[in-house]
Amino acid sequence: MKIAFTINGNLQTVDIEDGNTPLLWVIRDMLDLKGTKFGCGKAACGACTIMVENEEVRSCSYAVKFAEGKKITTIEGLGTPENPHPVQQAWIEEVVPQCGYCQPGFMMATAALLEKVPNPTDEDIDQNIINICRCATYYRMRKAIHRAAELKNNSNS
Amino acid sequence: MKKTSIAYLIPILMITGILIASNFKKPPKYISVSSNDFVKESSSDENYKKMMDVLVSPRCINCHPNDNIPKQGDDGHPHYFGMSRGDNNLGYQATKCTTCHQSENNDYSGVPGAPEWSLAPASMMWEGLSRKEIAESMLDPERNGGRNHEELMHHLTEHALVLWAWEPGVRADGTPRKLPPVPLDEYIKAVKEWFEDGAIIPAK
Repeated sequence: MKIAFTINGNLQTVDIEDGNTPLLWVIRDMLDLKGTKFGCGKAACGACTIMVENEEVRSCSYAVKFAEGKKITTIEGLGTPENPHPVQQAWIEEVVPQCGYCQPGFMMATAALLEKVPNPTDEDIDQNIINICRCATYYRMRKAIHRAAELKNNSNS
Repeated sequence: MKKTSIAYLIPILMITGILIASNFKKPPKYISVSSNDFVKESSSDENYKKMMDVLVSPRCINCHPNDNIPKQGDDGHPHYFGMSRGDNNLGYQATKCTTCHQSENNDYSGVPGAPEWSLAPASMMWEGLSRKEIAESMLDPERNGGRNHEELMHHLTEHALVLWAWEPGVRADGTPRKLPPVPLDEYIKAVKEWFEDGAIIPAK
């Protein structure tokens, strides 16, 4: 079956036998966008988090057939090295990553949160950012999330 | 020496005698019982029981929590990752039910899904209630979303999220989730008949 969607601003059509294939594998193996990571494969860790129509989604539990006609954003489409997204900029400033494997998922979840809650409280962060980081960079991430909100709000004003 | 041997033999012979005697009981007496001697449940009560067997099963109760926290599994443990009802029964502002749950089960990840995946509204909290209390809550328009009997019957027998209970998919390890204890067609028949009979909640 053929499935067409927009990913990071580019229209893509994939021809795939099983429409139930997780979107994660299409993104990584067919479209060669390796920023989105496989962690647990059961929507528990959040390493595979992307945005579909600006909504946070775990791509390991999202069948590719549901992507038809949708607008998808992965970490590669969030910003550029020259013009990073406020979340990426804040992550750099706060030197958040350690091993880095889970960080794209956290950054996508944060970007999705800031779309809904421009000034998240610590409680908002606790409730919405439920990904898992084995390096336990949570403390630095919390600071970066508040900084990202500040940067985003300043860029909008 | 001879006396000692006999002394040993006496208790052995006594025990053997008791055991033999116990195998030759008199034939048991059977008492004839007429069908009138049984208190037969009404068909409405039987239908009520079948319906409630389903409604108290984990596939239903897990999404009718009494603490705003969805439950998971056959043991009804709190949903992992601190997920909660949120403002609209769909989770938090960005991390929602649909972050992981789509409109159908995902057999690759073992994440269950169905159309309109969400918690039942807080007024429909069934967790911890008795069968009678659940039925009373279900029939109370102030707690059931203002539904009359006809609307309730349709909800209970046709809503995709309710019917998901009989197609709950597989867990992450590939093993199937447990089904409700009554087959779907039997459940639908029981619910419809119970409402047709006036939706009477048995006193006991």
